[in-house]
Amino acid sequence: MEADPRVMLMGEDIGRLGGVFRVTDGLRDQFGAERVVDTPLAESGIVGTAIGLALRGYRPVCEIQFDGFVYPAFDQIVSQLAKMRARSAGRIALPIVIRIPVGGGIGAVEHHSESNEAYFAHTAGLRVVSCSNPADAYQMIQQAIASDDPVIFYEPKRRYWDKGEVDIDGLTGPVEPLDKARVLRSGTDCTIVAHGPTVATALAAAHAAGEDGFSVGVIDLRSISPLDLDTITLAAEQTGRLVVVHEASTFLGIGAEIAAAVTERAFYALKAPVLRVGAYNLPYPPARTENEFLPDVDRVLETIDQALKF
Amino acid sequence: MNELAVVTRHTGPRIPPSVTAPVPLPIIRFVNPDGTLTEAGRSQEIDTDLARALYRHMTRSRALDREALALQRQGQLALWLMSWGQEAAQVGSIAALRESDMVFPSYREHAAALYRDITPAQLFAQWRGIAHSGWDSQKHHFHIYSLVLGTQALHATGYAAGVKMDRSDEVVTAYFGDGASSQGDVNEALNWAAAGTLPVLFFVQNNQWAISTPPAVQMRTTLTQRAAGFGLPSWHVDGNDALAVHAVTREAAAWVRSGNGPALIEAETYRMAGHSSSDDPTRYRNPDEFSQWEARDPLLRLEALLKATGTSRSFFDELDEEAQAFASSSREACLRLADPDLADLFESVYAEPHPVTSREREQFIAFRADLETEH
Ligand SMILES: Cc1ncc(C[n+]2csc(CCOP(=O)(O)OP(=O)(O)O)c2C)c(N)n1
Repeated sequence: MEADPRVMLMGEDIGRLGGVFRVTDGLRDQFGAERVVDTPLAESGIVGTAIGLALRGYRPVCEIQFDGFVYPAFDQIVSQLAKMRARSAGRIALPIVIRIPVGGGIGAVEHHSESNEAYFAHTAGLRVVSCSNPADAYQMIQQAIASDDPVIFYEPKRRYWDKGEVDIDGLTGPVEPLDKARVLRSGTDCTIVAHGPTVATALAAAHAAGEDGFSVGVIDLRSISPLDLDTITLAAEQTGRLVVVHEASTFLGIGAEIAAAVTERAFYALKAPVLRVGAYNLPYPPARTENEFLPDVDRVLETIDQALKF
Repeated sequence: MNELAVVTRHTGPRIPPSVTAPVPLPIIRFVNPDGTLTEAGRSQEIDTDLARALYRHMTRSRALDREALALQRQGQLALWLMSWGQEAAQVGSIAALRESDMVFPSYREHAAALYRDITPAQLFAQWRGIAHSGWDSQKHHFHIYSLVLGTQALHATGYAAGVKMDRSDEVVTAYFGDGASSQGDVNEALNWAAAGTLPVLFFVQNNQWAISTPPAVQMRTTLTQRAAGFGLPSWHVDGNDALAVHAVTREAAAWVRSGNGPALIEAETYRMAGHSSSDDPTRYRNPDEFSQWEARDPLLRLEALLKATGTSRSFFDELDEEAQAFASSSREACLRLADPDLADLFESVYAEPHPVTSREREQFIAFRADLETEH
């Protein structure tokens, strides 16, 4: 916002309150109520007017208060935002970021714990990214804002309380591109692919498997659309076994796409089918059952076992 | 430059707009904050039995609300959305409807729910995180809560279309808030119900806040003015005056019941607490505002009126005891609520067997059994 006066924020309760998760805390004081806008309570309005602002040369960053409240804006996102460039033969750019606190694990009531990345990743014209840690959150949001494509930016809400080093001055060298996955840990027996909230789960599972004598790698996808298939395929070739973990249900989830793509690219290198761990095929259940509903270390380990025994 | 462009030069008189926002009448109030009657109140026959009945329901509801917040603070509820301050708007309105009139609440209508005999335990189930809803909506003619703002306004409208086709004289009521009124769904519902002459009563509790956002950020007119644009008659009432809310709702419901189409009531009230047990309202609102509204407390107002009109001390003492007993029995009921079994939840997703969900249920049960043998 300091670098580009056309960057502006809009959303419900993001100004005076600083957002229900306080992500925009202090920004209204710093940049003014015109650039940090408390909007009327209307998600279709937030995205629809952001499109108008972008047509006028602004770069809006929208906040959707919770994952389950993005659907009133569905038409504006999938039919308007995603398609405008193609409909105008590339003449119209809509550099809009839609930030969505996502996923479960915080004991919330219904509609506050959903993982809806597959809907948006299924839509050509949108980039979809998912950060898993504070340093990436800091870098990736800036890359998303700089992108001339619309970006759906997922923030795993149960990781909001995590602390980590953030390289504000850009001292640690070149930043990875927004659409690159990151190998967090390499292994020889199996690779776990995760994104957002489940990256920490994957690391814990890899660590536990290591204690049992198995060498398990972890890839943090970071980008869901596009998928960094080169990095994933390389890992599949190296270990022959892939386990994809996400909070969304597995049926037609991102894991299904990864399984299909890896099978197409590295069929002969695979020692087991690509396996998926996700939520069950239910609406997100009441909070008191969410620990059993969400993929956890035990379920990831069991699936690694399955892959190893294949 | 288009050479054919017409150059316009206006010399005649100015052309005023055909319609500007209608000017609302003063807000309807029968009882002043100090319990005295307004002129409108004096011209009505105040029914003290009704006033006592409303006061009783409001007192019980406030006791429950307090207990619920305490339960949340003690970790027994995951979240609670307080109805403190909105008792008159809720009890006054629902008491003016027939028991068979269907109601579509938002998520803060606990006082209205209690009036429809929904139990504290049934309310708590949702906020304790053991269910997404706790009661049989058909039995109570009270739909389950809608957390996605404004959606229920369309459900009420569709339900009312059914009522009309069934040639029934039921009135369908949709409750929603000032914030929710910005949603497309609410505005579609107002228009749809008006266009179809459907028996819907839209009841807005304008509690002055939508989390941290005041009505001035949501809208430029009152909701009663907006209703006029959609072709609905509307009543603007002091939402902290239970008797006025009751009278206005009776009036509006009679209008809707007679087949005239939808109507809207905007009740001016105040969310005395934060948005929810997780919210910190000191971040965005001025303590003076709270004190102003504290002086307009709907319970104090009725209490003053009742005392002035001869209700005995013993009524209040007995009610205090009743409310305390109600609160403590609701606490016990909350603590007795059993956790659900995730395996059961797979059963209520589809009416017909669904292979993916069925298979995953089996996988879940097998996995859990494995874990138990391991540990
Ligand atoms: C579609 C949608 N967007 C956002 C939210 C998050 N949210 C929950 S309550 C609320 C404020 C609602 O204000 P209002 O309608 O005035 O009702 P009140 O809470 O004051 O009773 C918001 C923004 C939601 N529940 N649904």
